[in-house]
Amino acid sequence: MSESHAPPTSTMPEKTPLDALHRALGARMTPFAGYELPLHYPAGVVAEHSHTREKASLFDVSHMGQSILGGRGAAERIESLVPAAIADLHTERTRYSQLLAEDGGVLDDLMITRLPGRDERLLLIVNAAAKQQDFALLRQQLPQLGLSVLSGRALIALQGPRAAAALATVLQELDLESMPFMGWRAAEFRGAGLFVSRSGYTGEDGFEISVPNHLAEPLAEALLAHPDVAPAGLAARDSLRLEAGLCLYGHDLDATTDPVEAGLAWSIGKRRREQGGFPGYERIRAALEHGPARLRVGLLPAGRAPLREGAALAAPDGRIIGRITSGGYSPTLSRPIAMGYVESGFATPGVTLESRLRDKPVAVEVTSLPFVPHRFFRGPAGKDRS
Amino acid sequence: MSGERYTKDHDFVRVEDDVAIVGITDFAQSQLGDIVFVELPSPGRRVAKGEQLATIESVKAASEIYAPISGEVVAINDRLESSPDLVNKEPLGEGWLLTLRVDDASELEDLMDEDAYRAFLESEG
Repeated sequence: MSESHAPPTSTMPEKTPLDALHRALGARMTPFAGYELPLHYPAGVVAEHSHTREKASLFDVSHMGQSILGGRGAAERIESLVPAAIADLHTERTRYSQLLAEDGGVLDDLMITRLPGRDERLLLIVNAAAKQQDFALLRQQLPQLGLSVLSGRALIALQGPRAAAALATVLQELDLESMPFMGWRAAEFRGAGLFVSRSGYTGEDGFEISVPNHLAEPLAEALLAHPDVAPAGLAARDSLRLEAGLCLYGHDLDATTDPVEAGLAWSIGKRRREQGGFPGYERIRAALEHGPARLRVGLLPAGRAPLREGAALAAPDGRIIGRITSGGYSPTLSRPIAMGYVESGFATPGVTLESRLRDKPVAVEVTSLPFVPHRFFRGPAGKDRS
Repeated sequence: MSGERYTKDHDFVRVEDDVAIVGITDFAQSQLGDIVFVELPSPGRRVAKGEQLATIESVKAASEIYAPISGEVVAINDRLESSPDLVNKEPLGEGWLLTLRVDDASELEDLMDEDAYRAFLESEG
């Protein structure tokens, strides 16, 4: 999802089905990954960010790639490209994983859901900037399966502690209490099928709702009619995911990073660790066994000035031992925060490193992630984890 | 000379006697979005027109402010250290950045008056 991975800018950016609504709401639009999307609305990024943490925000994430991979053995076959355990993924459950290159580098990160029904089908949600490359890879590597790209659907994220209450007023027949985080349900809105996933990119409870293009605006308007729901743009989406310690592809994750050093070992299934069968298994197994050479960590720059992506991190002896991959300001903590990769020997909370900003030294403390605790919904008794 | 003068970088200068108050325009603050940190030079520093003078950090990015005229930094707006959002709220008022002792009043002639700046904003679309 990075600008640097965006398609050539010679073509006009695409508009999403919510384009007219964004403009009516006074959004400041920005090109992103080949699309024109709201950067922020008149409320501004800090207000949008805080509203998401306190109530609920609506984000247009229609730029993301939605597709269905279907065919006999789809769940088992996709395991040849990703390190997550998908063969044993339950119906209507979602797992986070990564498409890997031969050397174990991350080509993209994605959400994989096993859909209900007689046919074996997986719903894949991938990043906008990588979607053409991802779809080509899936078709090339899994020719026995069918990949249908859902270009006729928009994607709306509703995120925040009031998201479930707001969604319940619009989709009244949906039982949200029985739907855990990383759960999935089909729903109906004005006679058309919605895909409702309880997931998100903010660290809060929330939903990503796939909706046919022609119903995207009515659905967004119905959600925005709830008093606790306000629109939020890409800038708030970025500051929210940074506080939640979540990776942004093209920045914190790319083809040079493997899932273990990225701190994503939790997403590699136990069976997969033991048996392998995915690209880069040798590198990933070695990293799991002996520890990776570098690790993604949280970083707290001293003072009030944010440190940005690319800033070098030095050990006390002056040696460069890491680099910031995402940095900005945390509205929740009212201070600068960052993430980056450091040599494993320095990846301990409390270690102090040094960076430079405009030719002045800045102390940077290594800290654990996330910066703001996750508040995912775990089901009525917290029992529903798969 | 009275009133504000403007640069094409959307900075303003308001001259009172031989001291110029420097800040950014309402258009500039709206483009930057929520401002979270302002780095200002030390009083006493001499700057030439066009030299880097201050840095404004919004949530998303850092933006450099260049000296609209040459001069010596007289005072900086200390309130921005704890309340950088004043630049968003009152860019031409409480959100001023610093004052400069004007070296050469003729440099002010190169800047736009309010009508010219308004026309410039419209031409930029």
